[in-house]
Formats: sequence, structure tokens, C-alpha cells
Amino acid sequence: MENVKNRSDHPLNSILRTDRIPHIWCPGCGIGTAFSACMMAIQTSGIDLDKTVMVSGIGCSGRGAGYTRLDSYHTTHGRAIPFASGMKLANPELNVVVFSGDGDLFAIGGNHFIHAARRNMDITVVCVNNLIYGMTGGQAAATTPCQAKTTTTPRGNPDPPFSLPLLAFAAGASYVARWTILHTRDLTKSIEEALNRRGFSFIEVLAPCPTGYGRRNKQKPLDTLKIYQERTVIKNGAHPMDAVMEFGSSITLGKFIDEERPTFSENYDRTCRPQSA
Amino acid sequence: MKPAVLTGEHFMTGDVACAEGALAAGCLFFGGYPITPATEIAEHMAARLPDVCGTFVQMEDEIAAMASILGASCAGLKSMTATSGPGFSLMMENLGLGICTETPCVVVNVQRAGPSTGLPTLGAQGDMMQARWGSHGHYEIIALAPASPQELFYLTITAFNLSETYRTPVLIMTDEVTGHLSERVVIPEARAIKLRQRPRPKGRKDRFKAFQPGPNGVAPMAIAGEGYGIHVTGLTHDERGYPGMNAETQLEMMTRLTRKIQNNLDDIIRTESYRLEDAEIVLVSYGISGRSSLAAVDEAREQGIQVGLLRLITVWPFPERQIQELAERVRGFVTVEINLGQVHLEVQRCAGGKVPAILVGHPGGSVIPPEQIVQTLKAAF
Ligand code: SF4
Repeated sequence: MENVKNRSDHPLNSILRTDRIPHIWCPGCGIGTAFSACMMAIQTSGIDLDKTVMVSGIGCSGRGAGYTRLDSYHTTHGRAIPFASGMKLANPELNVVVFSGDGDLFAIGGNHFIHAARRNMDITVVCVNNLIYGMTGGQAAATTPCQAKTTTTPRGNPDPPFSLPLLAFAAGASYVARWTILHTRDLTKSIEEALNRRGFSFIEVLAPCPTGYGRRNKQKPLDTLKIYQERTVIKNGAHPMDAVMEFGSSITLGKFIDEERPTFSENYDRTCRPQSA
Repeated sequence: MKPAVLTGEHFMTGDVACAEGALAAGCLFFGGYPITPATEIAEHMAARLPDVCGTFVQMEDEIAAMASILGASCAGLKSMTATSGPGFSLMMENLGLGICTETPCVVVNVQRAGPSTGLPTLGAQGDMMQARWGSHGHYEIIALAPASPQELFYLTITAFNLSETYRTPVLIMTDEVTGHLSERVVIPEARAIKLRQRPRPKGRKDRFKAFQPGPNGVAPMAIAGEGYGIHVTGLTHDERGYPGMNAETQLEMMTRLTRKIQNNLDDIIRTESYRLEDAEIVLVSYGISGRSSLAAVDEAREQGIQVGLLRLITVWPFPERQIQELAERVRGFVTVEINLGQVHLEVQRCAGGKVPAILVGHPGGSVIPPEQIVQTLKAAF
């Protein structure tokens, strides 16, 4: 741990809040990799770092905002997106990145997600999907697979999960992609691409939570990574309806949607202040 | 295209006057959600903001509305939302975030009778304790209670000024009657309106501590995108803004958050006195009930009872000292409010058992007639 802490040559040092490292994430957790990919994308994208803001909600992934040297806002549970929307509308020059988890963005924050997507709010949303509530100790989420064991579904989850890319697409997101933390190059490229485009971009990142999910579902961290390696199929351009996520058989990855359409601000200016547009 | 400040004489409702007050204060962002009887504020802002380079957004619910105004404020704009009881309940979560992160903004509650959906179109003052304690945890809050459309205009400006000065959400606790009342509203020239802005950081950016208080106890505020690289969290945090999960950091933060209000009460607390000099009985009231009380004072005086009125313009922080001083020389207090005794609890507390304090109140749906106040006075004293 000590040498990790003292390394001065880490390529992301300039945008990490190194005085807050070590982070809180468990060994084997996938969030750190997703976070690094996000930081790497921000660093290489060429966007103005002083004008780049990270907003998080609550949960293990929600702690992301606390580890970057960028202006960062760690808000309330589920509310990162409306907070981020207010920021972006107040200062359109800001690049606003929401980094948070599946429980935060799609259960308590689900309503905010679909409306920001509908409006094509010009923000980038990176969702670390680990299928579980990690921070509170492994309860079922809106993404937990049917029959999976969690502390609130001790006999198996009776509920079906959301397909996040399909939900994002149906709500109107203009960029939709899904990767895993094993596909860091694609993931980083995807986030970079999202940062440099206008509109509501959504990137789902599958990541293991060995502590909350793996332990109860007979998956060691490496087992999860094996699933990511062996059962994933990259199908760029696939319809989100066909982006399956069957952990026993096949998981579709790729960039599914990349369409230009007017953002909230463009529509607002055009409609509400035609004289200045 | 109309300017931000509509200088002149107008006949307008309280809700519209509130919106005009916000524009005159330099509000450039409104995140709203429709709710009776506050909707007209959102509607008016939706019509007016685009012309003054501002933005109106109707969010998906009041939770989002509150979150959006915090985000907008952190990005540098004066921001506001307006709601009524049910929406106010939903805003409580992010109101706490605003307090903890010291984010200036203004929240208007045009009160209607509750609990629950209650009486959507009829007024009440039943959310006063929710205004004080509605979000979880211990905190200080500033809440103003206007009694007329004209005062709604001015106090909305005051609310922005206080929120900017003390980096905290400020509540305007009005009610359906005042919000829907049409009266004369005089709007002064823009240059006659004194505006305050949030304290801003100076000096080296890399040494800046986002929550280190300045001389008046308020930390200068860096705006997102300025290159300060700040971290802002609703977790208990130290002066750098870093989370600290222990009792010491909690105590330190809470001391900062409460002191900046408690040490500036003279600037924050506003009251209005009417015929108090020789009063034996003091009516304590606010908002629309303050107007009933004003009429009651004159009526009671005509009948030979020496009554005066202390109208609370700032309800929170509570004007303790003012009531305690009066308790030394008067025979009793009568709290007049449209609820079953909320601010009354504070009046009783500050009367400290020295003199009796009674309540004239009802649970909402109508204003309190002055005669009822006079009758109660006569019966009790
Ligand atoms: S509980 Fe799970 S998600 Fe949270 S840090 Fe540990 S492994 Fe990661």
C-alpha cells in the first residue's frame, strides 16, 4: 500500500486528489478501474480541465467525485443528474460528467435519468453497474439479475432487472454504450467520444462487486472477470433491444446509439429566445 | 423585451411580485415544478427569464427542482424555486445539501393547508416548523415571512441578499392569500436596489480552502469552472471540503455552519413594531396574519385595551431577544398564526413563564379575522 501511496509518477496524478488516496474501494472492486478509465478519458479528450466538473450521487461509485482534483460535487442519493443539469444550464461552457452507480442512477434517481435523457441534457453519464447496493452491504438493486442472492433477496431475487441501454435509448439518450472494466480501452475511448459530443451520453460499465454481490453468488473477483472475458460479444451499432445481458450465456457490449439531436439548451434558445438565437 | 427591473407602479399578485423581486435581485435560474398556489411564480419566471438571459426549466419533480437550483448556484448563478406544502416536503432532502454545502439559493413556499394534499387552494401557515426543522440533522435556517405583494417583492430581494451573504438557502414563507392577493406594488429604479453578492476567493488557487471562513464567519465561494479544483460534499467535511467521518470534524463543521448565522443576527433579523411603546399586551404575528393583527391592534385600542404588534419579518432565526425584552415589561403575549401553534411554541419559550402567552390560531383555510383576535384578547386579559 505504501508504495502505491507514494508513487509520484502515476499518469493520472495531475487530476487525482492524491492526498485522499488510498480510496475506500475494496480489493477486487471494479469501480477503481472504471474511474481510472473515466479520468484517463477526461485527460486525453482535450477538453479544458478547468471547465470540467464531476458530479456524483451516493454509494461506492458515488465516491468517485471525491478523488478527482477537478471541481467535484458529491450530492444526495439519486440526485446527481438534476444537480448536474442545473450546473450545465447555468454555465454551458462547463463539461459536466456524472459518475455514479446503478442503484443511485436507476432506482432512486431513475426518474431524473429518464427526463434528462428525454431532454438531451448536454451531460455525460458514466454508470458503474455492479448489480447491487455495495455501500449499504449488498442489497438488491434495479439491476440485480433475477434469482441472484442479495441481503434483501436471501432466497433469490424475484424481480427482473432493467436493461440500462434500452432504458436510456427509449428515454431519448443520444449516445448509449456498454462496456465492462475488462474492456478499458473501448471504455476509455467511449467516454472520450462522449465528452467531445453534444447531448445526453450514457455509458454503462459492468464492474464486479466481490464484497456485496460476488460473495453471495459464488463469484470470486476473477470469476466475474472470466464472465466478462468469455461471454461478452461486441456488437457496435446493435439495437439496444438486442443488447442482451445474460450472465450465463451472453452479454452484448458496444456503442449502440450515437445520434445528433438538439440539446435542451439549443431547443430552449430556439424556442424561448428566438431573437438571440 | 422587458428589462429585469420593471421600475414603476403596478397592480400585481403576490406571486408575480415575488417573481419580479427575484428578477430585480439578479436571479437568472429557476428550476420549478407546478403546484397550487405557487405555480404563478414559475409561470412568470418562465415568461420573463429568457429575455434577461436567464434560464427556466420545469423539472420532473420538486426533488429535481431543488437539486437543479443548487447546481446552478454552484455554477455561479443566483437561483430560485417556488413550491407549496407537498413540494416543500420533497425539497427537504436537498435543502439539507444546500445548507451543508453552503450553497446560496432562495426557496419560496406559498403555504396551503396540510397535512398531505390538504386544501390546495386555501391558505395556511402550517409549514413554519417544517421550515425550521424539516430537513434532517441540526442546522440554522433563514426564513422570511412577507405580509403583502409589495413586501414579497422586497423580501425576495432581501432573501437573495441574505443567501448570498451567508452562503445558505433562504426560505420565503408566504401563503396562498398573500400569493394570490392583487395589490399595488411599487418597483424602484434598478440603481436604488442594493444587491449583495456571495464572498469570492482571492489569492492563490492552489492554497484555497473551500470552506475556510472569512472574517464574518462565511467562507468565500469558488464557482465551478474557475480552476480552483474544489470538492463539495454533503458528507461531514473539513475546511478543505474533504470528508471526515468523526465527531471532531462534525463538531467543527457544525460550529462553522451555525456560527455564521448566530453571529450575524443583527443583520438577519427583521421585525416591525406597531404601537408597542405603551403596549401591555403584545400580538406576535407574521405574514398574512400580521395584517389581521394590525387591524386588531387598532380595534382593541379603540376599546381601551393597550395592545401592540410585533410583526416577525424574519421568523427563523427566531427573534428571541426581542420577545425576551418585551417579556420584562408587558402583561402577556398573543401569537396569531394560521396553524394550531408553531411559532407560538417559540413565543412561549421566550416569554419564559414570566407572562402568559396564548394563541389565536386555526388549522388553515381562511385568514384570521381581527374581531376574533380582539375577542380572545378581551376574554384572556
Ligand atoms: S462494496 Fe462492492 S462496490 Fe463497494 S467498494 Fe466494495 S467491492 Fe466495490
